[in-house]
Amino acid sequence: MRGKKPQADELRIGVFICDCGSNIAGHLDCSSVTEYASTLPGVAYAKENLYTCSEAGIGEIQKGIKEQKLNRVVVASCSPRTHQPLFQNSCAAAELNPYLFEMVNIRDQCSWVHMEEREDATQKAKDLVRMGVSKAAFLEPQQDIEASLIPRVLVIGGGVAGLSAAGSLAAMGLDVVLVEKEVEAGGLLRRINRLAPHGEKASERVLEMLLSIKARPNATLYLGSRVEDVSGYIGNFEITIRPEGGEAVREKVGCIVVATGAVPLKPEGLYRYDGTRVVTQMELEERLAAGALEAQRVVMIQCVGARSPEREYCSRICCQTAVKNARFIKEQNPEAHVHILYRDMQMYGTENEQMLCDARGEGVRFDVFSPDQPPVVQEGKVEFYQPLTGEMVGIPCDLVVLSTPLVPRDDAQALSQLLRVPVDQNGFFLEAHAKLRPLDFATDGIFVCGSARYPANVQEAVSQGLGASSRIATILFKDKLITSAIVAEIDPETCVGCMGCMEMCPYEAITYLPEKNICEVNTVLCKGCGCCAATCPSQSATLRGFKPEQLMAQIRAV
Amino acid sequence: MSKDVLVIGGGIAGIQASLDLAEMGIHVYLVESLPSIGGKMAQLDKTFPTNDCAI
Ligand SMILES: Cc1cc2nc3c(=O)[nH]c(=O)nc-3n(C[C@H](O)[C@H](O)[C@H](O)COP(=O)(O)OP(=O)(O)OC[C@H]3O[C@@H](n4cnc5c(N)ncnc54)[C@H](O)[C@@H]3O)c2cc1C
Repeated sequence: MRGKKPQADELRIGVFICDCGSNIAGHLDCSSVTEYASTLPGVAYAKENLYTCSEAGIGEIQKGIKEQKLNRVVVASCSPRTHQPLFQNSCAAAELNPYLFEMVNIRDQCSWVHMEEREDATQKAKDLVRMGVSKAAFLEPQQDIEASLIPRVLVIGGGVAGLSAAGSLAAMGLDVVLVEKEVEAGGLLRRINRLAPHGEKASERVLEMLLSIKARPNATLYLGSRVEDVSGYIGNFEITIRPEGGEAVREKVGCIVVATGAVPLKPEGLYRYDGTRVVTQMELEERLAAGALEAQRVVMIQCVGARSPEREYCSRICCQTAVKNARFIKEQNPEAHVHILYRDMQMYGTENEQMLCDARGEGVRFDVFSPDQPPVVQEGKVEFYQPLTGEMVGIPCDLVVLSTPLVPRDDAQALSQLLRVPVDQNGFFLEAHAKLRPLDFATDGIFVCGSARYPANVQEAVSQGLGASSRIATILFKDKLITSAIVAEIDPETCVGCMGCMEMCPYEAITYLPEKNICEVNTVLCKGCGCCAATCPSQSATLRGFKPEQLMAQIRAV
Repeated sequence: MSKDVLVIGGGIAGIQASLDLAEMGIHVYLVESLPSIGGKMAQLDKTFPTNDCAI
């Protein structure tokens, strides 16, 4: 086995046993565990602390390293998930390599689960400490991995979300490359009339954002262009951009923002949609913007093609849009009749709720329908079942407007494959965590904002663009990327290039080198999960800090 | 110009803002009126839509 154990007389392990107030000490005998630890081979010093993570506790570790010349530190306390970084940094501050630290969990895995068994818990804590100390003897110093960072960002999609991200990134001083597939940026807002809830002109709003970005010397715009190829990883992506009919351009960026938006569903075959007398909200917007609406009697139908078996989700923005347009029609022509047929009005938040109240006051009519008995569009009228009276009611109209959901763009799937990021069951881009990492992809360095993630209104798309840009600032404001040294390595001497590890790797961090017939780990992409090490039939793949001899020492100590 | 930032409120929003600012290399002062941070979320057991433990 590789990696020799240091001579026993070289080893000076310090063991710090934490009471965690009464969390640990209340259920097992910490003094006895401490005393026991001091008798273990290689242990030069053992100390019990009330709270090891407190300033006093940290001070004890650092004093131990200095005064006792400790060359390994073991802390027996709580969970490494929460406290390992703190203890490792404390070791580093006292000039002990932070990878010569080992943590033993005698709280979550001992005192908390054996609350009524003081003696057994004490014995188990001793066993756990002995295991930790045995492993500590085999620890090796490691250097954090450093990689360069290119302070330049690719934003894909020049709708309001992408413009918001690009503007904010450029204002923070980062170089921005904006790629928009249309010849004009602005996304859906270019076609929309006025914006709810405040009524400003949508196209003016995006034009303003676009102009301020164009005015920045550190922003480069590729209009009428697409991203053709992406390789590399956080800090060092290589991008190929293809302007329509033009030469491919290469760009290097450190991070990527996906802001490719979504499109309103075209309701072919639904409610006698024909694009003239039965139109979508988007087509209505275009008529309103052009001042070309003549209809006197308008019926709007909500949830067309949404919240149905084939498309289960709620598109969130359609209720606001319908109410906005109904009010706008009434404002232009107070004599007009506007009737909204809905399943549930999703007017979340104060401003939307106010808009709904105002619409009612202004004479917009609302009626509920059940999805089992949807309205029926007929020549010159819409019939619907009125559940309150139990009758079919006909509303005469000369225009029917269908509120259809935003659906993913046709090429979203292809882009997701290019970037190796996932989409959800509906085809929208899927973030790393719905609550805690709403703008990050699981792949480091790639972010999402706006309707590409899920139907968003302008306010949300803009905030998400700002959010994505500050997430990026947390990465690119640093001089270099520093990641944990706990990564896998593959011994080129023994690897036979079977590629079994590549299939197991969830991070696509392993590449096969055909010329040498071996596999190699990209240490920036590797997250240290150990799947490759567990799979490798020749033990060529190992995980630093969890090598076979280190793990075996721990197991043999039980 | 001082580069330090004051964050008022130590719920999930204030905590995330503080963490991201700190990552950017900016010194943060996080002020919370209660003796512990975490706000409402820390009082919840499971939170939708993922229904995982809020703490
Ligand atoms: C009828 C209607 C009315 C609305 N009214 C309102 C309202 O009143 N108030 C409100 O707040 N919101 C409203 N919205 C919502 C609003 O449209 C969205 O909030 C907004 O469009 C979201 O912006 P985005 O940048 O995420 O996406 P988009 O506007 O869809 O922009 C995405 C951009 O990315 C580009 N793109 C896509 N794929 C690629 C690719 N592969 N490569 C390069 N570029 C690409 C597209 O060409 C587009 O320019 C309305 C929506 C509709 C449908």
